[in-house]
Amino acid sequence: MDLKEKLEASFLAFENKVSTDIDSAVHDIRSAAFTYFEQNGFPTRRDEEWKYTSLKPLLKHDYNVFPEAETALEYAAVKKYFLHEIESYKIVFIDGVYSSFLSETTHDGYDVCLLSAALKRPKYKMVIDHYFNTIASKTDSVTSLNTAFSKEGAYIHIPKNTVLPKPVQILHFSTGNEANLLLQPRNLIVVGENSHVQIIERHQSLSKNVVLTNSVTEIFTNKRAIVDYYKIQNDNRAASLIDNTYIKQQQNSIASVNTFSVGGNITRNNLEFHQEGEHCTSNLNGITIIGEKQHVDNHTLVHHKFPNCESNELYKGMYADRSTGVFNGKVIVDKEAQKINAFQQNNNILMDDGATINSKPQLEIFADDVKCSHGCTIGQLDEDALFYMRSRGIPKKEAKGLLLYAFANDALEKIKIPELKARITKLIASKLGVDLGFDL
Amino acid sequence: MLEIKNLHASIEDKDILKGINLSVKPGEVHAIMGPNGSGKSTLSSVIAGREDYEVTKGEIVLNGEDLEDLAPDERAHKGIFMSFQYPVEIPGVTVTNFIKTAINETRKANGLEELPAKDMLKKIRATAELLEIDRKFLSRSLNEGFSGGEKKRNEIFQMAMLEPKLAILDETDSGLDIDALKVVANGVNKLKSEDNAVVLITHYQRLLEYIVPDYVHVLHDGKIVKSGGAELALELEEKGYDWVK
Repeated sequence: MDLKEKLEASFLAFENKVSTDIDSAVHDIRSAAFTYFEQNGFPTRRDEEWKYTSLKPLLKHDYNVFPEAETALEYAAVKKYFLHEIESYKIVFIDGVYSSFLSETTHDGYDVCLLSAALKRPKYKMVIDHYFNTIASKTDSVTSLNTAFSKEGAYIHIPKNTVLPKPVQILHFSTGNEANLLLQPRNLIVVGENSHVQIIERHQSLSKNVVLTNSVTEIFTNKRAIVDYYKIQNDNRAASLIDNTYIKQQQNSIASVNTFSVGGNITRNNLEFHQEGEHCTSNLNGITIIGEKQHVDNHTLVHHKFPNCESNELYKGMYADRSTGVFNGKVIVDKEAQKINAFQQNNNILMDDGATINSKPQLEIFADDVKCSHGCTIGQLDEDALFYMRSRGIPKKEAKGLLLYAFANDALEKIKIPELKARITKLIASKLGVDLGFDL
Repeated sequence: MLEIKNLHASIEDKDILKGINLSVKPGEVHAIMGPNGSGKSTLSSVIAGREDYEVTKGEIVLNGEDLEDLAPDERAHKGIFMSFQYPVEIPGVTVTNFIKTAINETRKANGLEELPAKDMLKKIRATAELLEIDRKFLSRSLNEGFSGGEKKRNEIFQMAMLEPKLAILDETDSGLDIDALKVVANGVNKLKSEDNAVVLITHYQRLLEYIVPDYVHVLHDGKIVKSGGAELALELEEKGYDWVK
């Protein structure tokens, strides 16, 4: 039985189990999504959007698709995966199951809690009806698969005029108690008018067992809302991730997603911004540092539908050994969307002969009064700069590391939480094998 | 301190240096002058250990040690410093962090502890003051967006921080206005001692009004064709390089 067949066989059991406690609208959404997946299956490399990323090696495993029991983890054992230096709300899952022990949720003025709770309880029905699965793609089979099995994840609802006093951390641990685990978290984040939230998300496997995570996050930023989202992708080599993030922005909102892909086996990010009002700003930043045979694919879309909006996209990639990278940055500017400033930059450094990057800027511009720029570079380290540094006594390895760090730096500068910035900077430095002899 | 004997060097099979002999003792200032294309910058790059150049014959000896097999960073650890004609921009690394890294790597290579942060800061401040460098400048990215003069001043700042035994200043005067030139020259003069030596590589005599050399050498077509005292520079200025060819 291949994975698709197994999922088909599991779906009925899954629906039977959860349908008693959810309302029928969500049931219909799941069924429709499942039908789409059933008809289309997993994408293959014949699919244009998946030309350079093959899921084949991931689909051969016999995954457990229903982890049920909560496994306990001691905080001390996983503390390092938290941004523990500062106060935060925490929504923590262990093998897909909510861990109340490690979490710190709230309903005090705003909801930072669980999707499973939001799907069950009548008081959330209006929000669910209004937002759930309204921006996630209905014509993407991996997203549809997640929708079909959507049950658990983070639910964050911030009413208007609220600035969250501390960031929210969403952590997904997998323990390896199951030999092969398929996780499908589903997050729903709704930010009211004039409100502001910062979110840090991380998937972390704690064993060498195979994990495949197919995550979907829907984010809604209402008028003048601000969302800063940080994705830390530093999982171990047996863990793969398909991360689908859909953002719908109302006028004057600012949505920023920062993606740090420095680990894992195969990582695919599908990141979409849909601007539904004037004066929106979408910021997309990414740093990828991989080696060995790791693979990271960043597929982004910014859809400008209204005038006077902005998008800033900056992705930096560093590829060693036989690693492969993909950057596909699509920007669509509708005919009505005049006075758009869309900036896209993808810079890559190949550190070894065996490393590959496939970079494809894709601009579809139908308006005539816009400023759109894109730049893509693929190169090696600057030999002149290396010699300069070495002539000052900095050995080759450190000089290389420092140069790569400097190359990544402008994407690091976008991190707005100082403690997180320090953490990520250290993480990047260690990935580059550079010991920064100074404080940052 | 520095003994260069019959040095031949080439790049991409093109011979540039064709038998250089030069002896520099502690406390001395040497000026190497010459027209464009005579091999001045090649000489400084070869001493600093740039790998693009191949030394085909001869040797460079620093304090009794042949430098041939030493990498650029190892040469720096032995006390060689080269100020670049065109300093490289390194966005994302501040002047301060760069110099801290350079100093501590050099100390590490010489078996010393890292310089305590407090002492480092003190030294940075004192050196910046000496060279009339604004403190704000130190937290900017290395050479990024610096004017020509700022880049050169920053080179001298690094030199002062690293305290090399042998400093090679490659066209440090180019791109400097007269005020900046005075500041840079003043810095070099203050740092000069009986234990270190300076090699100035320059096209013009201008810099030598402010840093007075003990010896002047004229380089032409990869060879030193004439050597003399400070007065040679003046003569060159007057008569042009055709005079020595």
